Amino acid sequence: MNESPTDLAEAGQLARLRLRLEQAAEAEGLLDVAYTTVTSPVGPLLLAATPKGLVRVAYDVEDHDQVLDTLARRLSPRVLRAPKRLDAAARELDEYFSGRRQTFDFPLDLSLSAGFRQLVQRHLPDIGYGQTRSYGQVAALVGNPKAVRAVGTACATNPLPIVVPCHRVLRADGTPGGYAGGPDAKLTLLRLEAAA
Amino acid sequence: MKQPFETVVERHGGTVLRVCRVLLGVHDAEDAWSETFLAALRAYPDLPDTANAEAWLVTIAQRKAIDVLRARQRQPVPAGELPETPSAIGLPGAADDGLWQAVAALPDKQRRAVAYHYVAGLPYAEIAAILGGSTDAARRAAADGIRNLRKNYPEATTEGMPS
Repeated sequence: MNESPTDLAEAGQLARLRLRLEQAAEAEGLLDVAYTTVTSPVGPLLLAATPKGLVRVAYDVEDHDQVLDTLARRLSPRVLRAPKRLDAAARELDEYFSGRRQTFDFPLDLSLSAGFRQLVQRHLPDIGYGQTRSYGQVAALVGNPKAVRAVGTACATNPLPIVVPCHRVLRADGTPGGYAGGPDAKLTLLRLEAAA
Repeated sequence: MKQPFETVVERHGGTVLRVCRVLLGVHDAEDAWSETFLAALRAYPDLPDTANAEAWLVTIAQRKAIDVLRARQRQPVPAGELPETPSAIGLPGAADDGLWQAVAALPDKQRRAVAYHYVAGLPYAEIAAILGGSTDAARRAAADGIRNLRKNYPEATTEGMPS
């Protein structure tokens, strides 16, 4: 039997066709959700973007397949692996992890969150690189000082971790508190920013 | 709940490519594949969650294959030298070339029935819906196609590649 060269040739042909589909889908405005995965010091990250901007960053522990199912349900089933749209985000994250970047420039799509949660998430980038705030301070920042617990929820449900820096929000006693990527990921980011 | 379209491409991309090859030959198969998946992506949000995605894709592929054939017939046929085009499957003279040629030589309905049953793995009831006609007629067309293949391409029944 000599199947493998034929299989390999078919795999190569399919890869080429996939690229053509990605380009045609983008050109025809059919690429509702484009995604890719990148490696990082905090493990593999899923990056997903709508035509409006980056819509989701997901840690490995969140289960990328499940995250994609959720995007298909909540945004559109037209979800394709299409790395090109994520080029800028991937490059800037790479620069961030190597200590060469402190803020992100690409557009964001916050449509996965709403109401008070989205309000909090919009304000999180006000906490500068290398700084931290308590959940209570963030509650005061958004003009609702009693909503400490709701701020905690807004941070826990942040669809764009790292880029929208919920890792800079700590407990009042200075301990890290919970994090979608796990406590180690939160500490890694805080150490990275403290070292710069 | 509907799966991300990516899953559909991953699961059925290879099958649809092989079906397109049987319908059109190696060279035009790529265009039909591209047109099929672009049309499928466009229509995907309206596909019922319970639909058989593969049968749906094969139906689209058949329509696109007909479009490609029509476009080919409208093109003027160049006289004289045939252009040398690179092998789309990468390996000229690879294992199945003779088999693909034998499949391509089958009568249209037999070829499609063979493709949909033996390449795409669709049940005859689905094939009947795509081809038109009864389930029995679809089964007969596939059986006739296989009998013709055995006759015209004896290697297909032996193990391994032709030497």
